[in-house]
Amino acid sequence: MTALQTALADGVTITKRNILKIRRAPDLLGGAITFPIVFVLLFAYVFGSMIELPGMSYREYMLPGIFVQTIVMSAQITGYTLTLDLQKGIFDRFRTLPMAPSAVLIGQTLGDVLMNVASLVSMALVGLVVGWRIHSAPHEAVLGFLVLLLFAYAFSWVTATVALSLRTPEVFNNIATIVSMPLVFLSNAFVDSTRLPGPLQVAAEWNPVSAVIQAIRELFGNTSAAMPVPDAWPLRHPVTATLLWSALLLIVFVPLATRLYKRAVSR
Amino acid sequence: MSPAILAEGLVKKYGDVVALDGVDLAVPEGTVFALLGPNGAGKTTTVRILTTLLRPDAGRATVAGFDVVAEADRLRARIGASGQYAAVDDHLTGAENLEMVGRLYHLGVRRSKQRARELLERFDLTEAADRPVRGYSGGMRRRLDLAGALVADPPVLFLDEPTTGLDPRARASLWDVVAELVAGGTTVLLTTQYLEEADRLAQTIAVVDHGRVIALGTADELKGQVGGDRVELTLSRPEDVDVARRALAPVAAGETRADAATLRLTIPVSTGTAALTSALGLLAAERVAVRDAVLRRPTLDEVFLTLTGHQAGEPAKSAKSKEYSR
Ligand SMILES: Nc1ncnc2c1ncn2[C@@H]1O[C@H](COP(=O)(O)OP(=O)(O)OP(=O)(O)O)[C@@H](O)[C@H]1O
Ligand SMILES: [Mg+2]
Repeated sequence: MTALQTALADGVTITKRNILKIRRAPDLLGGAITFPIVFVLLFAYVFGSMIELPGMSYREYMLPGIFVQTIVMSAQITGYTLTLDLQKGIFDRFRTLPMAPSAVLIGQTLGDVLMNVASLVSMALVGLVVGWRIHSAPHEAVLGFLVLLLFAYAFSWVTATVALSLRTPEVFNNIATIVSMPLVFLSNAFVDSTRLPGPLQVAAEWNPVSAVIQAIRELFGNTSAAMPVPDAWPLRHPVTATLLWSALLLIVFVPLATRLYKRAVSR
Repeated sequence: MSPAILAEGLVKKYGDVVALDGVDLAVPEGTVFALLGPNGAGKTTTVRILTTLLRPDAGRATVAGFDVVAEADRLRARIGASGQYAAVDDHLTGAENLEMVGRLYHLGVRRSKQRARELLERFDLTEAADRPVRGYSGGMRRRLDLAGALVADPPVLFLDEPTTGLDPRARASLWDVVAELVAGGTTVLLTTQYLEEADRLAQTIAVVDHGRVIALGTADELKGQVGGDRVELTLSRPEDVDVARRALAPVAAGETRADAATLRLTIPVSTGTAALTSALGLLAAERVAVRDAVLRRPTLDEVFLTLTGHQAGEPAKSAKSKEYSR
């Protein structure tokens, strides 16, 4: 077998392991489904009844925001699971086997894509119940979900890198929360970024999360002609910007996480 | 023929702690080699270096002809390892764990499944095969981990304290497994804290302490150095201790130790059960009342005392007080 074939075969083996784990640990999957539902309902009924937007309902505006918030939050599961595995010693077994070192991380991140699919489906269904609608062509809607999953996948590698450098579940959880909160809230997820004060507006408009949200708003047709798109380049070309961001994250963090994995288990 | 395992001057430091201080080993193919030593001696560190889990700070080692650092990738296909702490996946069943290992050795789906079943049977885990490992007892996990090391029938096998936590039956059956594998040409390096185990299984024993090999030889050679068996007698009356010690001089092959608090005498002997019989006869002649009498092998502590002049572990402390946990 070539190195690439080995890496793929091993990646599949580890992905299967992670799917079995998800099936046997219903708390993980349950969390991935119920948390976002609670968010949708809270935001829809608490903020949705207070905030008025020109030309569209706040519920339609915020749902893409919640989609992205959820994938950013659930990417943390990748990191958290890795820190747990590090402590349990199963990585010692993996490291003495003639397997591709990248396979463990590929398997972990692919398993988490499935978790993301589950949360997206549950959120979309609840969203439809509370009044969110897709106004675009079916192929655009599908593209919207794919773009989301791609960014989620790339972002998993970021959390994997952070987890492997921090090593303990508790420390990882604290840091991940501190980093992900501003990432989600300093964006156009729940507020119109053009109404933020100067420096915050710049930060929000160049935040990759904003580009992703803008991209799926456009792909799902959750936009309003009465709400002008900001001038920042990523928001003018949100789909391209999201693809570029995802590619950049993968190029930087796949090798970085793999290096850290090799090092983390050989101490 | 070059040795299956060869290590030269292995050094590993953790900050100020010198875990390995120049370890040399040579294990001929198809033999069992035991690393014998107390807690913190450096057994696990040695095994982790030889199984590519750790890089040595100095020195070099080859296993099955491959350098453990430079050729680690190719080496991994030729070794099986079971660490001191079971490396199994809690959420998977026993069978799934072993199948996964088989797949990662690239045995293919069918062979992996078949091998998993064989090993589960061999390690007496058939009944638990389809239960998640989370519900296994400590000894069951241990056996599953040992099975994991054998999945690919590797030519060189590393077992770190393989029988710790096993019940006597499981221990005996592991000894059988090791004996069978070696008969089939496998090379085994194992670590243990029990001289008896090293004695049963290993052709060569290396005694390690403070990261160095302090004695090397066959079980008989080592036992020769510590003076064979021990007769251990517990007396009934404190005033008999001195009488007994004098009376036993003819059977003692070395210095008799007496513990006034427990009334226990430990006498190195060289003639086994005959020595025990004559010791009892000599004491009866002196009318010394004996509460308990046993003949036993030297303990690790006694091996240490003889070989190093200090108790296992640090000079001033007992072996038990120096423990390292992850
Ligand atoms: N990760 C680590 N960090 C710091 N010190 C370590 C580490 N691993 C081992 N050591 C130290 O290296 C020395 C050798 O440890 P090692 O685990 O090899 O001993 P051992 O012979 O396997 O002992 P045991 O019988 O308790 O398993 C000990 O003093 C230990 O404290
Ligand atoms: Mg050890």
